[in-house]
Amino acid sequence: MAKDNVIVIGGGPCGIEVSRNLRDLGYTPILLEQQSELGGHLRLWDRLFPEGVEARKILKDLTSDLKGVKWFTDVNIESIHKSRKGYTVNVDTGMSFETKALVVTTGFKLFPAERKQEYGYNIYERVITNADLEQYFHTRKDPRIQNPKTIGFVHCVGSRDEKACNRQCSKVCCATAVKQASEIKELFPDAIVYCFYMDLRLFGRSYEDMYLTAQKQYGVRFIRGRVSEVSEDIDGKLFVKAEDTLLGKPMKMKLDLLVLMTGILPGESTTQLSEMLKINVGEDGFFTPRDTILEPCRAKDAGLFMAGACTGPKTIPETLSEARATAIQVHKYLSR
Amino acid sequence: MLYKGKQKIWSDYQKEIPDDHWFYVRSCIRQNFFPASEVTFLRILRDELGKDIYETPHHTTCGGIAYHQECIPQETQMTIIARQFALMTEAGYENYACSCITSFGLYCETLETWHEMPEVLERIRENLWKACRREFNIPKYLAHSSDLVYKFRNEIAERAKYKLVNRFTGEPLKVVEHIGCHYAKMFPSKGVGGAEYPYVLVGMAESWGGNVIDYPERRHCCGYGFRQYHVKANRGYSVSNTHKKFESMEPYHPDFIVTNCPGCPYFLDRWQYVIAEQTGKTYGGDGQGIPVLTYEEMAGLVLGYNPWDIGMQTHQIAVEPLLDKIGVEYDESKKYEGSGGKPLPEPEFPMNIRCC
Repeated sequence: MAKDNVIVIGGGPCGIEVSRNLRDLGYTPILLEQQSELGGHLRLWDRLFPEGVEARKILKDLTSDLKGVKWFTDVNIESIHKSRKGYTVNVDTGMSFETKALVVTTGFKLFPAERKQEYGYNIYERVITNADLEQYFHTRKDPRIQNPKTIGFVHCVGSRDEKACNRQCSKVCCATAVKQASEIKELFPDAIVYCFYMDLRLFGRSYEDMYLTAQKQYGVRFIRGRVSEVSEDIDGKLFVKAEDTLLGKPMKMKLDLLVLMTGILPGESTTQLSEMLKINVGEDGFFTPRDTILEPCRAKDAGLFMAGACTGPKTIPETLSEARATAIQVHKYLSR
Repeated sequence: MLYKGKQKIWSDYQKEIPDDHWFYVRSCIRQNFFPASEVTFLRILRDELGKDIYETPHHTTCGGIAYHQECIPQETQMTIIARQFALMTEAGYENYACSCITSFGLYCETLETWHEMPEVLERIRENLWKACRREFNIPKYLAHSSDLVYKFRNEIAERAKYKLVNRFTGEPLKVVEHIGCHYAKMFPSKGVGGAEYPYVLVGMAESWGGNVIDYPERRHCCGYGFRQYHVKANRGYSVSNTHKKFESMEPYHPDFIVTNCPGCPYFLDRWQYVIAEQTGKTYGGDGQGIPVLTYEEMAGLVLGYNPWDIGMQTHQIAVEPLLDKIGVEYDESKKYEGSGGKPLPEPEFPMNIRCC
């Protein structure tokens, strides 16, 4: 049985699952996370589509069995040196780790909603993001959410948006919007909920059912068109202008709450490591694997692997599947 | 509204505005609508602040009105602009300031076109040489004249005789700021404060004691919209846009509106009369309208200039209620007294809107 160290950079669900699987294959994974807790964005989410499973339960299951995984939090990568033997990773706590195989699972960051200035995030109080709403679902505390009667969701905030320098689809936001629209309708049954979308890109099993349930059971109103601008009236209500492209008409409405479905961008560590390790990135800033179809988990360089949202937006099940596949790829590489 | 969020955006959209030595070009239509505003600008910059502002009688239109009505091709319009730049170059200046917002937008568009397509710049140089044997340098700095007043807003505040404060209540005056569409909507980084929450007029009003209102239709066009007005059949669109803005700002009871565009003060001012005639509705207190000022007029009032010297009598909406709130001293009997005491023609008073 092999006993090699394998370093995994990034302690979100992907990094955790890679580590667990490597541990099961007989390796000693060293998991490095820059935040003070493991879990990445999963820590900040309340429920996951399509069934509405609690995110914290998934995270608890993932982290409940880390025996044999050496994990470190509050760790920043200072430098990485590549040699014929493998990689040396130096971190800001003064520690240094040697490995023959390095796995990068640095994930994503959410598009900063304030960059779409016309939507007024951080300007108008009742404009929030999908992440803010997940926090509210968990804590039920947010002074911006006071029994709203009219609620809007804006899809594709910072995704598929050339002006925001982010052309790609973030893949998970449509499903998240449908999930959140249904959830908020459960909390506030009298509220009228609108979803403003360009296209609805819900592709997975049961997602269509989730979409139909949102319409039939919860009465969510889907409007094909983008919000053009948001302002505030004298009572603090949001004054929203949009276009209904199916009716071919401009719309104006007053809302009590507007939720911006912020898209997915490469994480800051992804950008940092792409420079350190000279990993190819696409125009979108995500890592480009050696072969997007046959070897999606391997970088060009030998011994360098990548998994999860650092190679593009993914759902949690996709991320976990890719994590398991990556562990097997690492094992094959180290056993060659 | 979260003021800190706006401050963050304002700090992101600041532009470099040199202190001195500007080549200044006037606006075609402002000289007819509110002719004293440009004179007031020069008085403030030259006489109050001692700045070198050069202007030449040889400059022309920038071609903007024709361009935006698709009457002239872009290449012709760019050649007109090239000639303006040639005048600047011949006068030995590098900083170019214009009084008109549409010109400013067009200069930005032209410079960006030349930056992206140097071959177009070469063609324009050739056009200009063939047309009038002139050559030009691209300005080092481009500013709208409101950028300059913004730049010196604190110096103006130090010299101020009045504040934008209601002397009867002690409260800051409620100011609606209206930015010309061509100021930053096309090139947000070229305007102070960007496109969505421009700071150029907010900065002036706040520095001089006022309180700016953010109302739902703040970003909306004043109603001029070039073809919406110049094509006579479209004028209903023009006035309906203006009407939309007034309906939106009405609940905030603004004390006055300040603008930085040639067309905006004219249409926001004159259309109030038309709206009153059409609907019987007025938006100021006591059957009056809401006074609409240019930023030079606002600065001039703050500095204590005689309101009739800075052209306040050329407004449709009476400014006296505003002057009274600020505490500006004025002689009503001299409202229509021209230079040298020559009497100016007095306007008729409308039926449905009180003009003092």
